[in-house]
Amino acid sequence: MAVDFKELEKRIREKLGADVLDWTDFRGQACLLVKREAIVRTLLALREDAEGRFDMFTDLTCLDTLRAPDELIPKSGERFVVVYHLTGTESKARIRVKACVPEEPPEIDTATGVYLGANWAEREVFDMFGVVFKGHPDLRRILMPEAYEGHPLRKDYPLKGRGERDNFPKYTEIPEA
Amino acid sequence: MSETANQGAPLAQGDKSGSGGFITTKIEELVNWGRRNALWPMPFGTACCAIEMMATLSSRYDLSRFGAEVIRFSPRQSDLMIVSGRISIKMMPVLIEIYNQMPEPKWCISMGACASSGGVFDTYTLVQGVDQFIPVDVYIPGCPPRPESLIDAVMLIRDKIKRGERQNRLYDRTKHPLDFQPVNLVSDAASGAPTLTGTRHSLPNKDATE
Repeated sequence: MAVDFKELEKRIREKLGADVLDWTDFRGQACLLVKREAIVRTLLALREDAEGRFDMFTDLTCLDTLRAPDELIPKSGERFVVVYHLTGTESKARIRVKACVPEEPPEIDTATGVYLGANWAEREVFDMFGVVFKGHPDLRRILMPEAYEGHPLRKDYPLKGRGERDNFPKYTEIPEA
Repeated sequence: MSETANQGAPLAQGDKSGSGGFITTKIEELVNWGRRNALWPMPFGTACCAIEMMATLSSRYDLSRFGAEVIRFSPRQSDLMIVSGRISIKMMPVLIEIYNQMPEPKWCISMGACASSGGVFDTYTLVQGVDQFIPVDVYIPGCPPRPESLIDAVMLIRDKIKRGERQNRLYDRTKHPLDFQPVNLVSDAASGAPTLTGTRHSLPNKDATE
């Protein structure tokens, strides 16, 4: 049973009202842009939707629009765009949810209350982009070493790093007596 | 054992009963003979080079012809570290810890472009050559190297043991990289200190100044 995305849009807009900033449909892929403050409400509404039942948290990623082409930069001027990918395991439907996060403070509410699977995905986005997920139970780095400074997938981070890869103590060879 | 260690005429086939005869040699050469014919590798496979390493051990290439087929995943029982694959800055302390746990004498092969120089991954997270942190005896070029290359490296290690080159290295445990402290070079640049760009070869040698 295919989900009628026109009907879905109508239901979600009715439920969220002005929180839905944009709803695009590109080659059958639905994508909605919501206010940052409404992200948990949106995810909950999609999960509880009677027809779509987006019950699987597929992926979470982030977009740093610094020095990006104009069409990628949000009209409201925020730097980061957090993208949630959801799947309905029964309806076989997929949907993207986007929310814009400003550079300062880079904060958004956590989705772990709605999807447990968002835990590590949010840790990865925090590690790579420095987006803080408020209310996350365990917001630590997941890929980089704990003592690492900076968020390497930000576009203003140098590709070769800031010397971290060389800053290990060298081995010392003790000459034979 | 060198060829000159054998004394007297070679035995005829019928005389090889196992009960008689003797050889004379030096104890060091005897020990080195044992070491080079029973290398126990410690595989540190982190990427596609490890697949080639597995192929080297399997029946087609058969590393056991050179006595090096006993893969030990315990560093305490191995004497040849094979670093095959890219090593990130998070993995490097693990590698050093394992290397330090291997008993002396020990040897190290840096297999492939990534382990030797960082390869194509000239990025913030990848160690640009494990020889910055552990001593490497043989480097293997290639991406990934073929099993023949690894066999060649094992043969070179065997030659090195045969020549009796001593492996005597001790490590300063107080400088252990688990106390990893990244430097913030952007703020250093503001204070007039030189900015570090490019490869590791442009970095100042900290050991030389200490």
